[in-house]
Amino acid sequence: MAAYGIGMISGGLDSTLATRLLQEQGVRIKAINFYTGFCITETQRRLGGRQRDGKVPRNEALRMGGDLGVEVELVDLSESGYLDIVANPRYGYGKNANPCIDCRIFMMARAREILEREGADFVYTGEVLGQRPKSQRRDALGLIEKQSGLAGRLLRPLSAKLLPPTIPEIEGKLDREKLLAISGRSRKAQMELAERLGVVDYPQPAGGCCFLTDESFGRKFHDLLDHRELRKIEKDEIVLLATGRHFRLAPKVKLVVGRTEGENVILERYADETRWRLETPDQLGPLALVEGEPDYEQRLLASRIVARYGQGREQAEVVVAWRRGEDEDQLAVAPLAEEQTLDELRV
Amino acid sequence: MEPLAREIADRTLDTSGTFCPVPIIETAKAVRAMAPGERLLLVGTDPGIESDIEAWCRSTKNALERLWREGKSIRALVRKAPPA
Repeated sequence: MAAYGIGMISGGLDSTLATRLLQEQGVRIKAINFYTGFCITETQRRLGGRQRDGKVPRNEALRMGGDLGVEVELVDLSESGYLDIVANPRYGYGKNANPCIDCRIFMMARAREILEREGADFVYTGEVLGQRPKSQRRDALGLIEKQSGLAGRLLRPLSAKLLPPTIPEIEGKLDREKLLAISGRSRKAQMELAERLGVVDYPQPAGGCCFLTDESFGRKFHDLLDHRELRKIEKDEIVLLATGRHFRLAPKVKLVVGRTEGENVILERYADETRWRLETPDQLGPLALVEGEPDYEQRLLASRIVARYGQGREQAEVVVAWRRGEDEDQLAVAPLAEEQTLDELRV
Repeated sequence: MEPLAREIADRTLDTSGTFCPVPIIETAKAVRAMAPGERLLLVGTDPGIESDIEAWCRSTKNALERLWREGKSIRALVRKAPPA
């Protein structure tokens, strides 16, 4: 009977190659792809974004499953304690807001549950030893395997020969000789393998679909949590973090200014009774939100920033309308011209 | 086309306002609860549903019988495959 593997796939080149390698051995495969809420494609689609070729951004995991004839199960982690891990990672963050080790442990523990449910032999990933500085070091790969409860059942087909044999290899269900020994950051070996296996459709450039690895998002994420008494983030806040220009006006006061019509539409959705909604009624301009309880000086400053991004930016004075629930106000201000002030406030 | 699709669908799932991958997660849940041969009418506004549902059906062997647009709304008629 063929070995049965659960693939943690993104649809990128590495997980595609790992899947193709196992298919060549006749392994039966079910692929899983995790939805965390930090999905860049989701936000791009919400904003009407397009790929370089003008098409709607694809879900690469689904595309890969369709191309390789592999069933893909999308697993929603966004409501399952994942956000607590992201806000309070035991093993810390990578370069931006990416708690990759904690995230991998969390996902692989979930993959183990699916392995048990399915009666599968192993879980595999497209990870490559030494490719990423934090989560794909030899010690990190071992730690993730142990902490997720997948010891001996976690296969990395692209680097398998550089790692201890897994149980299905020892049992002879997988031919270790047909697995690979790729390591490091170079993509050359993967490119050659893709050509040999006839893999032609994969996302370019690589980089994944996770906002937590994005520098700009990471700054906003840390700013939000660093100004909270409790390090906690709600799912609904993720889209807001990914939308607009963010300015920290005071420890408890933040301004978010829409950059496009699409972002204004999203911000409108967040203009509830807890946030001030700002607009310039006499000119075309952005929609903006203020969180917190700004004092008069902060209200003036927020108004001047909003005025700066509207069509009245060259005027001596622009009216900015404020509204929160039943409360309404209007301030006539000079649009902010000082770049330095803006840069100091920008998150 | 839509009245006919509505007539022959065993269930309708409206995912309007949600975006990738939520419409497909909800579609998978709905189809899992249906019997082989039954049809699901998926309605949504995520412009990526067209490519997603096509790929998901290829991946899961469910049949994508129709895929069309009505204004900004995208509709897909999916027939659940028999067990493998």
